[in-house]
Amino acid sequence: MHFKKLLAVSFAALTAASPALAENVLRWTSQGDALTMDPHSQNEGPTIAMNGQIYESLVTRDADLKLQPELAESWQAGADGWTFTLRKGVKFHDGADFTAEDVVFSFERAKHEASDYKEQAKNVVSVEVIDDYTVKLVTDGPNPILPNQLTSIYMMDKGWSEANNVTTPQDFKAKEETYAVRNANGTGPFSLVSRAPDELTVLARNAAWWGEGQFPGNIDRIEYRPITNAATRVAALLSGEVDFVLDPPLQDLKRIEGADGLGVKTVAQIRSIFFGMDQGVDKLRSSDVDGNPFKDARVREAFNLAIDKAAIQRVVMEGLSFPTGMITPPGVLGNTPELDASYGFDAAKAKALLAEAGYPNGFSVQLDCPNNRYNNDEKICQAAVAMLAKIGVNVKLDAIPKAQHFPKIQKRESDFYMLGWGVPTLDSHYVFSYLLASNGSWNATGYANPRVDEITQAITTEIDIEKRTAMIDEAWQLVKAEMPYVPIHHQVLAWGISNKVDIPISADDAFRPRFAVMK
Amino acid sequence: MLFFILKRLAQSVLVMAVVSAVSFSLFNFVGDPVNNMVGQDATREQRIEIRQQLGLDDPILTQYSRFIGNMVQGDFGLSYRIKRPVDELIFERLPATLELVFVSAIIALVVGIGLGIYTGIRRHAWASRAVLSVSLIGVSLPTFIIGIALIYIFAVHLRWLPSSGRSGTVDLGGWKTSLLSIDGWRAIILPAITLSLFQLTLILRLVRAEMLEVMQTDFIKFARARGLSERAIHFRHALRNTLVPVITIIGLNIGGLIAFSVITETVFQWPGTGLMFIQAVDFVDVPIMAAYLVFVALLFVIINLVVDILYFVVDPRIRLGN
Repeated sequence: MHFKKLLAVSFAALTAASPALAENVLRWTSQGDALTMDPHSQNEGPTIAMNGQIYESLVTRDADLKLQPELAESWQAGADGWTFTLRKGVKFHDGADFTAEDVVFSFERAKHEASDYKEQAKNVVSVEVIDDYTVKLVTDGPNPILPNQLTSIYMMDKGWSEANNVTTPQDFKAKEETYAVRNANGTGPFSLVSRAPDELTVLARNAAWWGEGQFPGNIDRIEYRPITNAATRVAALLSGEVDFVLDPPLQDLKRIEGADGLGVKTVAQIRSIFFGMDQGVDKLRSSDVDGNPFKDARVREAFNLAIDKAAIQRVVMEGLSFPTGMITPPGVLGNTPELDASYGFDAAKAKALLAEAGYPNGFSVQLDCPNNRYNNDEKICQAAVAMLAKIGVNVKLDAIPKAQHFPKIQKRESDFYMLGWGVPTLDSHYVFSYLLASNGSWNATGYANPRVDEITQAITTEIDIEKRTAMIDEAWQLVKAEMPYVPIHHQVLAWGISNKVDIPISADDAFRPRFAVMK
Repeated sequence: MLFFILKRLAQSVLVMAVVSAVSFSLFNFVGDPVNNMVGQDATREQRIEIRQQLGLDDPILTQYSRFIGNMVQGDFGLSYRIKRPVDELIFERLPATLELVFVSAIIALVVGIGLGIYTGIRRHAWASRAVLSVSLIGVSLPTFIIGIALIYIFAVHLRWLPSSGRSGTVDLGGWKTSLLSIDGWRAIILPAITLSLFQLTLILRLVRAEMLEVMQTDFIKFARARGLSERAIHFRHALRNTLVPVITIIGLNIGGLIAFSVITETVFQWPGTGLMFIQAVDFVDVPIMAAYLVFVALLFVIINLVVDILYFVVDPRIRLGN
């Protein structure tokens, strides 16, 4: 009896393991698995990207990050909100219809206390149902960039959520796993077949998807297997066990390119790396001088001139970075070639500026740096330490894991720190409100310019695109001149891809299988 | 006897309490989990609120007693990272680790004892010298380098075996095993060899040394004088006498294998408890770290208790001294 059962189980396992030959199966890997299948529970890159294959939002971005209709066919701005016309005939994977009621439900869920998207969704005050396929997202005054803010707010089925008791995201006090953590019911091009977190996630093509035939993608089945160790990840690609590695380490790119049947694609990432200098405190915590040298604009300029961005690109990054003069990359509204130009490198002038500011012998300060967050983060900091030493600034480097580094910035405990910033909305407002506004939650520089604050506020409601863009530019000019940060570079993304499949690379590091073509 | 066991049990409980208390106080230095739990656009107020909800700002003693209180009731909490119950996660991952440890212990035993005997008996043969020099690699190279080297040789170049992961598992009512399918065996070979190398070398050298010593003793000389065959002398008389210390070492090292499996599991993406622990450290997933450390402490305590009891049974001198 036992043996028979065993035999049946083994047979089932064997047959399940070998999909039909005609299928296009894409096997891929990256370091970190999605944390949950619940689309409103974790606001984190890999989770958003994975859920975006199963769930959909009203508005989405294509591989070039241009806004595209997804569950809404069109949208119209008004003085107090945006009206979205929903796509008709869309069905969830369980067969339920997608209607206005689901939009109302999904926004309520995303705005819930336990949701990690409540900041993004707070712009939507409420959702009015006009008819089954028209909704109005009511905003607090005009909001020119609302569609940009909706691309990762995914739509769930109200009926499914109620039936499975997941009408709210899991909160931190919960004692049990909710159904939505390992199950999903979206409207997207792929449905969830099986989910073993940190092991294997299998998705299958949704034949009933509204976009069937409108997109080039021809993948039938996706097998995702996270691999924590970078060398193992590359080995899996080299041995042909996976067709695509999202995050190969930069030092292995040449190896991958040199291998038969493999290639590397690179693109400038929507993430800038920079140093922050705290000009807000009266006395630096880690310095041997009294007072705060960073209060003096000449010191901040000296720091900007002393760090050789081109050398960092050449030596530390092996060419894989774009040196810059601002803290947001091309692709984000507000970045212009003039502003993007780096401050240049001039150690002599930097030393002179320091002397002028009253520090001819320099001063000492601690640089806080993560060592497991950005490409070569610690090495960049080491290079900066050596460069600043040349103008007499004695920098003590403290490179620590991100879990300890970020709280320092959050609690305003750092004098001089490294930070990187990505911009999901592709609009400067996201940078101003977090990094430059005087009350920005990630602005640990103490930088406070009333005009920048004013503009940060004004561009949330200015509908006139030209006026709005001019204001954004004005704020960036002020920042460029006042230098609260030392911009280093924009990161470069690199994907390792087998020649068997064509995958367009996206600057937000999200894999979009609807554009992936198996040859 | 009963008193001895009770005394040991009481000491074990104390050890567990100390281990969990020490590990708990360490968590404060690992970092702030909240930063990983919310998106970058969460406000400072929201972060502070979550810290309060999780009780992260309470004094360590309060946090610790809360943890112990919940644990006694069988509640290990929910993983911060993947929002699933910790005890469920550990039991889900345990079969992978135990099977890996089991297979590598078998490899270490069979190969280690075999080569130990050979090098002990034929100590001047060139093959013995070769084995001994190669075995130096087993002790001196770090596990992750051996693992990566095996991956590049057998998965990337020869393409005989998968580079990582645990495929071909068969579900036996909650216990997912990889020992019942060819795919499963192909997947377990490389990590098992990697994990076994250190223990294998240890056993090899131990058996060899013991063999050399035993072969000098009088009873072997008598056996020779009695005209027994070399085979009988080596295996029936010499080997048996070498095995006592080997068995002791193995017993003590099973716990070490489970602890070492953290690195091997990371290199091979083997979905066991070790990999889960590393990911938890990276994320500052305190509930998993706490439960895992308590679990490992428990494991060591049990193994030591069993070994102590065995000594008690085997060695009359301990009984008399008591």
